[in-house]
Amino acid sequence: MSSVLLRLEGLTKAYPGVIANQDVSFDIGHGEVHALLGENGAGKSTLVKMIYGLVKPDTGQMTLNGTPFAPVEPRAARASGIAMVFQHFSLFDALNVAENIALGMENPPKQSDLARQITKVSQSYGLPLDPHKTVGGLSAGERQRVEIIRCLLQNPQLLIMDEPTSVLTPQEVDILFKTLRKLKAEGKSILYISHKLEEIRALCDTATILRLGKKVATCEPAKASARELAEMMVGSSFKAPEKTPRDLGKVLLEVKDLSKAAADAFGTSLKSINFSVRAGEVVGIGGVAGNGQDELLSVLSGEMTSKSSAVVFDGKAIGTLGPTKRRALGILSGPEERLGHAAAPNMSLTENALMTAVDRQSLAKNGFLNWGKAQRFAEKVIDAFDVRTPSAQTPAGSLSGGNLQKFVIGREVMQAPRVLVVNQPTWGVDAAAAAAIRQALLDLANEQAAIIVISQDLDELIEISDRFGALNEGRLSQLRPTQDLSVEEIGLMMGGAHDLEVSDA
Amino acid sequence: MDLSSINPVLLIASLMVSATPIMLAAIGETIVEKAGVLNLGVEGMMITGAVVGFVVGINTGSPMLGFLAAAVASAILSISFGFLTLYLLSNQVATGLGLTLVGLGLSALIGKPYEGMKSTTLDPIEIPILSDIPIVGKMLFAHDPMVYFSIILVGAVWAFLKYSRAGLVLRAVGENHNAAHALGYKVVRIRMLAIMFGGACSGLGGAYISLVRVPQWTEGMTAGAGWIALAIVVFASWKPWRILLGAYLFGGVTVLQLNLQAAGVAIPVEYLSMSPYLITIIVLVFISALGNQGAPASLGRSFHAST
Repeated sequence: MSSVLLRLEGLTKAYPGVIANQDVSFDIGHGEVHALLGENGAGKSTLVKMIYGLVKPDTGQMTLNGTPFAPVEPRAARASGIAMVFQHFSLFDALNVAENIALGMENPPKQSDLARQITKVSQSYGLPLDPHKTVGGLSAGERQRVEIIRCLLQNPQLLIMDEPTSVLTPQEVDILFKTLRKLKAEGKSILYISHKLEEIRALCDTATILRLGKKVATCEPAKASARELAEMMVGSSFKAPEKTPRDLGKVLLEVKDLSKAAADAFGTSLKSINFSVRAGEVVGIGGVAGNGQDELLSVLSGEMTSKSSAVVFDGKAIGTLGPTKRRALGILSGPEERLGHAAAPNMSLTENALMTAVDRQSLAKNGFLNWGKAQRFAEKVIDAFDVRTPSAQTPAGSLSGGNLQKFVIGREVMQAPRVLVVNQPTWGVDAAAAAAIRQALLDLANEQAAIIVISQDLDELIEISDRFGALNEGRLSQLRPTQDLSVEEIGLMMGGAHDLEVSDA
Repeated sequence: MDLSSINPVLLIASLMVSATPIMLAAIGETIVEKAGVLNLGVEGMMITGAVVGFVVGINTGSPMLGFLAAAVASAILSISFGFLTLYLLSNQVATGLGLTLVGLGLSALIGKPYEGMKSTTLDPIEIPILSDIPIVGKMLFAHDPMVYFSIILVGAVWAFLKYSRAGLVLRAVGENHNAAHALGYKVVRIRMLAIMFGGACSGLGGAYISLVRVPQWTEGMTAGAGWIALAIVVFASWKPWRILLGAYLFGGVTVLQLNLQAAGVAIPVEYLSMSPYLITIIVLVFISALGNQGAPASLGRSFHAST
């Protein structure tokens, strides 16, 4: 990383009401992996959009290889050797891989030549991909490969990656990192945006930290601890969730020999799952994505029903009850997919709050909605969970992912559940907010609620759960006390080796 | 009842004529919908094309100029739809229905002085050599130029969508307009061009009814052809050759049932009259049930660039 590839000087961009970026300057060297860190809403996306020509800066300039660089549109940026992999993939489901890639190129070759090139590049970077497959049928990791290969075929000097690992399984993350290191070895520069501090420490040479639109520091992430990085992002030290000793009550929720066939060809069948959760206990369930997490949440929330005796709540068999009845009993849930599952994107936060809280918070009377009360409840959630939104009337879909996540989790926590099941509660949420959500879950446990946390973030599970189990191909391992487990044992459990451990249970 | 009065050569020849207006309108609408815009104003654009084509044809004495004027007039009408839906972000369904109502009213106003007149029509072109083939020659190769043009247009649209870069971009815009925008494609401009193409095709289809098929002007003479064209686009799964199939099927059954009526078949006229609609839709439902619907994912959704 000798010379400077891209230099940003005093970039400022203001939108009505907010300053997205203020006087941001830093350099990206040749062959450097540069991390851009910041909380949700710190201005990372706006900054990369300026580099990629989607947004014009109000003041400030950029120089690329020493010459002034001011792209008026993405096309111009691409022509200058800047390529970008988007957080929400900009792919076309109905088109095949080669067509998708051709769309992102200025002068694509003939389809047959392009297909050959794709195969060649995908093999040399260890990213296997069939150019004739329709994109709609690909996994998240494969879709990302399409985007990356689209970028690589342009032979870029700088590759921008916006939260590339948020949708990947750990194996896919490994493959991605290998590819990125290979690119770095070839002298290409990478601007890497992520929340995941451990990833940044492992991968990046330098990190620029943004807070409220301003640059606060540039540092070497490998030399700082994850906690120091997180504190620089937030601007103050924040409290890590505190696990206080709790008295465990009686068994609140029991799952007995639960088997459930997958709803469709892409799902995972659950196979004879057994576990129980006591009042005041946090059970953490880990595992690689797609091993039955969504299905487990569905059968617990009531979206999928099972045989009556398979799910027992407080001594009552409830396997055949639907979500509304379970909610009335006090079993609440927060699914993984924020938009479309946990929240309706085009409806306001008040309306979204009303949808799960209408009964437990008595927001309706004689079939008529009490809008005033619903709004007060939504505002209570917004205050308690520091959801950054203009008002409770804002459509859910216009909030940033992390803010919406705080809202949908807060909405359930504030309803005083007796059992709370959450899947990926802190997905896409910055470190401080994630700590707040975890603290809220622990507080809830202190009030004698039973909590089931399904997550792919192992650190999170180790931090808050009392007992830990892993899902593998729809089977749940024996739950074991988290404090007794080493990372190696957890890895084995996730790999499905639960028979090897004749455990203490 | 005398079925021998039905001449198969004439039947095929007249089904091609009968199907041409619907096919023209449907192939235009295919491009519009592939770009992600649902324009329900096809009927209104067809009838506008019919009246403008007839008026210009009768005043200039040239049906070709009539067709040209019809295409231009309907394209201009479709620009109003494009302006409302693409720039003012009005609802596409409501705006399209409005366009149909406007077209029906406007055409009645323009056409009033021309009712009962008769225009010159297109002369058939007998393709040398091919038209001399016994039976088949008269059946397929002795039509007016618009019939050939419509078939060539279907082939051109198919090739455009499948092989050209512009066709790929158009499909991409209809599939995911946000992603297309992020890649730097001009979503609004591409959609506007698609809407104008659809308008021009509808206008040609309408003018074909008033200048060739009938050929005179009566109020509301398209009689739902635009709606059938819209239905064919969907049931043909947005595939050009299936649109040709659907349009010819509809035209064929229409001509056949007229012949059967004339031959005095003992089926109530009402059933015969509804048969083209029923049979076309049933057949195309079966074809589309074979899978691969291919509806553009952004169809009918307004696009607003929010950078």
